[in-house]
Amino acid sequence: MIEIKGVHKSFGDLEVLKGIDLEVNRGEVVSIIGASGSGKSTLLYCINAIESINSGQIIVDGVDVHNKKTDINKLRQNLGMVFQQWNSFPHLTVLENAALAPQVVKGFSKEKAEAIATKELNHVGLGDKLHEYPTRMSGGQQQRLAIARALAMEPPYMLFDEVTSALDPELVGEVLDTLRLLRDDGMTMICVTHEIAFAKEVSDKVAFFHEGLIEEIGTPEQVLDNPQRERTQQFLSKVL
Amino acid sequence: MNLFTPLSWSDTGFILTGILNTVFISVVAIIVGTLLGVVIGFVRAESSKSVNIILGAFLDILRSVPLIIQLILFSTFIGAVGYPLDPFVAGSIILSLYTMAFMGEVFRSGFNSVPTSMIKASRSLGMSYWQTVRYVRIPIGMRAVFTSWLGVALSVIKDSALVSVIGYMELLRTAEQLISRTQQPVMILIGVGLFYFMISYPLSLYGKHVERKMAI
Repeated sequence: MIEIKGVHKSFGDLEVLKGIDLEVNRGEVVSIIGASGSGKSTLLYCINAIESINSGQIIVDGVDVHNKKTDINKLRQNLGMVFQQWNSFPHLTVLENAALAPQVVKGFSKEKAEAIATKELNHVGLGDKLHEYPTRMSGGQQQRLAIARALAMEPPYMLFDEVTSALDPELVGEVLDTLRLLRDDGMTMICVTHEIAFAKEVSDKVAFFHEGLIEEIGTPEQVLDNPQRERTQQFLSKVL
Repeated sequence: MNLFTPLSWSDTGFILTGILNTVFISVVAIIVGTLLGVVIGFVRAESSKSVNIILGAFLDILRSVPLIIQLILFSTFIGAVGYPLDPFVAGSIILSLYTMAFMGEVFRSGFNSVPTSMIKASRSLGMSYWQTVRYVRIPIGMRAVFTSWLGVALSVIKDSALVSVIGYMELLRTAEQLISRTQQPVMILIGVGLFYFMISYPLSLYGKHVERKMAI
């Protein structure tokens, strides 16, 4: 379970998160929507400790993420993350990309790491590309590789930061299909997304962020079909 | 004067020694200079501005003062303070430091060429800072600057001729001795020039080949 309690985060004078409370249970899919600059991505970065927080607490399976005593590299093994930019390692093949972290972080043998990587790559539909270099692949394929690379660490949680935003429109579908697959597997996911229809389809909960606060949260039907707050209504009328 | 008087066969061993000494000191300087350069480049890419200013000034001196002056000053200085070094050792030290100064800049730009987002992605997989350096930043950064690295390495091979001024018997100094004996400067210097070309040109061709292979 991921518990986010009263999290504040500033960049210099700019307060990006102004007290976020959110709980994500095992098996849940939570989508975060909102305008650019509302703090959605920053929250994901804070969950993964890529960014520090100013106050509040983030607890993952009972471990305080921002406690100085927490072994952050160990904790991150439980929190797979996929970014807007896929960041494939250009010097490694598709298989090596996905097998690298299990090998060096978990200390698995090459064979074991590659077996896990192959399984995840098959899962995202890249089974026929194992020995290609990612720079020869499309953005959609590279993003699926990034998903498989994170999955190869076998994390119980996955964080997705606008994973379709940098893709050409015709490639968005294949990445969303991969996310649907993970939802069907029962993966716990937090998705920051601009794909409202997708959020409605896959989410258990939708949170609408506005200027560093959760303006409205609830089931997709509540937040997306019958928004109660004026700002949610305004946002949805612009994007739908 | 007869320009075409052939050198005697008995000079072969002498010439070969010169060639080997040139190759030897170049390889030492390239290896040591590259290793130190990776460290310098990494420190420069990671350090604060103040560290960079101090380190940058030191490297600027090494890069701006002509190599021949550094060689003579260093070898004279250590002789004067009572620790004379073998010309090979003294030459290797200065040539390696000189190489390091250039390699440091090459590798700094290599490290800086790895996007921050890629480093974040690596860390998000649970890789530690040093694991990210070892498995992501070094291999990607090195590839990005391979051509520049080769350029520096090739010029080091040619610059090694300057170590002759402190008495190291590399190819040029060997040639000078043969010239003073045979009085055949043109032919001997053409031969020496051809030798440098024969080392450098295939290496640069090979470099282009490797570069194409890495541009995946």
